[in-house]
Amino acid sequence: MYDSSDIRKNLKVLMDGQPYTVVDFQFIKPGKGAAFTRTKLKNLLTGGIVEKNIRSGEKLEPANVEERDMQYLYSDGDDHVFMDATTYDQVSISNDILGGGAGYLKDSLTCTVLFFNDRAVGVTLPNFVEVEVAETEPGARGDTTAGNVTKPAKIESGAEVQVPLFVNQGERIKVDTRTGHYVERVKS
Amino acid sequence: MASEDPPLRGRVLWRAEDRIGVRTQAADVEVGRPGDARPGDLVRVPPAREAQVVHRYPDDEFPGRRSEVARLSRERLSMLWARSRAARAVREAFEEWGFVEIDAPRLVTTPGLEVHIDAITAGEGYLATSPEPQMKRLLAAGLERVYALGPCFRGGESGDFHNPEFSMLEWYRGWSDLEAIIADTEALVSRVAVAVTGTTRVPGRRKQGEIDVAPPWERIPVLEAMTAYAGVALRGGESAEELARALDAAGIDPRGATAWDDLFYTAFVDRVEPALARKPHPVLLIDWPAELAALARKKPGAPHLVERAEVYAGGLELANGFGELTDAAEQRARFEADQRSRAARGLPVYPIDERLLAALEEGIPPAGGMALGFDRLVMLVTGAERLRDVAAFVWDEL
Repeated sequence: MYDSSDIRKNLKVLMDGQPYTVVDFQFIKPGKGAAFTRTKLKNLLTGGIVEKNIRSGEKLEPANVEERDMQYLYSDGDDHVFMDATTYDQVSISNDILGGGAGYLKDSLTCTVLFFNDRAVGVTLPNFVEVEVAETEPGARGDTTAGNVTKPAKIESGAEVQVPLFVNQGERIKVDTRTGHYVERVKS
Repeated sequence: MASEDPPLRGRVLWRAEDRIGVRTQAADVEVGRPGDARPGDLVRVPPAREAQVVHRYPDDEFPGRRSEVARLSRERLSMLWARSRAARAVREAFEEWGFVEIDAPRLVTTPGLEVHIDAITAGEGYLATSPEPQMKRLLAAGLERVYALGPCFRGGESGDFHNPEFSMLEWYRGWSDLEAIIADTEALVSRVAVAVTGTTRVPGRRKQGEIDVAPPWERIPVLEAMTAYAGVALRGGESAEELARALDAAGIDPRGATAWDDLFYTAFVDRVEPALARKPHPVLLIDWPAELAALARKKPGAPHLVERAEVYAGGLELANGFGELTDAAEQRARFEADQRSRAARGLPVYPIDERLLAALEEGIPPAGGMALGFDRLVMLVTGAERLRDVAAFVWDEL
């Protein structure tokens, strides 16, 4: 069990059967009362943020969570297979857990897989990935007059990204996986 | 034709809103319309007393940035000037009001006995958690208006609003009462705000709007605040079991609390404090339940309430004042109860301050007293988010 004095950023605790990570905390102490730690926690399954005031001496249950770096191997329909490069353990993760992240998966991309009670419950992609543009219309110079400065492009891993008009099919671009936004063109 | 005064050149020492302090060869001057001048910049001050930036150091060339031991941000250097002005404003106010400043002892044989305040041991004694016992002895000795601004120490308190060593401003009026002390507090905070920022409207913290500290401040009886903001309806005189049921009815999980004060503060911290933090002005929480009396006297005609006022402003618990308990027998009984309470919680039990009790027995005049966190006062008037932003050094930097 953790004590209120163990609270620090990234501490993983179990509340109401759900795993949480501490994202922020603040020591507060009413004039004549016991100390509290005003704690902001993120639900590792839903991403929801809750605030809890934990009184000095209150106990917190540790959550059995583990983060492992794993390489993306291949997809089989809606399931995506990742491998731990040191143990060669493989795990299959469905689209439900990956969410929109599936569109950025390309061979041997290293992601952080979150396990809760030894079950994979989340995948964090690298913030940026470099991918090839698989399909996009050639950009016509005149289009900008109508205020269109971007066009849709399909990247090799499947996601659709808005790119500037000068980006051509076959070029490599850098994409922010958190927002799905184009960042820059990458010279090959 | 008389030539105009030549412009003065100097370095910006501090910045507060739209004024800056500039150290020139001749003198330190305060000027307006500083543009974007920041502490450390070289500026020209023409006779019109409006600054013009003449040189700006890039951050990595800023004097002091390269020093390993004295590396402080420009903002923090500016805050230290604000802090110094605040301390001067405090001393000017108390001198005007006929108070005497004392240096309270920092090393004491017994610290206060409050259940939730842990002292730091020092040699054979303790570092003072509050100057209260010695200041009350001075009241008994005949000093009727007395104040102290200096360090106090509390173990285990570290965070955005806490440091184990902090500056306490504490003052007492003999032959007086809590009302006079509240009026002092309102006047003092306004004076300090004006001295530091030029106005009583101080910048709010954590994306709040500004806070106007001009008196009079809103007063809310604590039990009303609990009813209004926490949904915990209290009339006063409730037992711990009744309080636990009231929390339950309000949908507040007591999280294992059983003691009266733990139950109370669970609801207070969850619901009342956040509500007070949103107010655009300071609030005086008054008429505290007798269970949280500390060193306050009972309110005449309302035996379940005590004469205690706590100041909340901009999300900061700023000050706590009492109509002082002067009854030696009752004070002894409360000290003994605090000792039992500490023992029951497995905390160190400090000896009773017999010299304070002896002074109370000989008699001290009816009095009011206030303890105000000076670091937090500087935070309030500057809008600083963290205590470390307004202190030269905090514990983890030593």
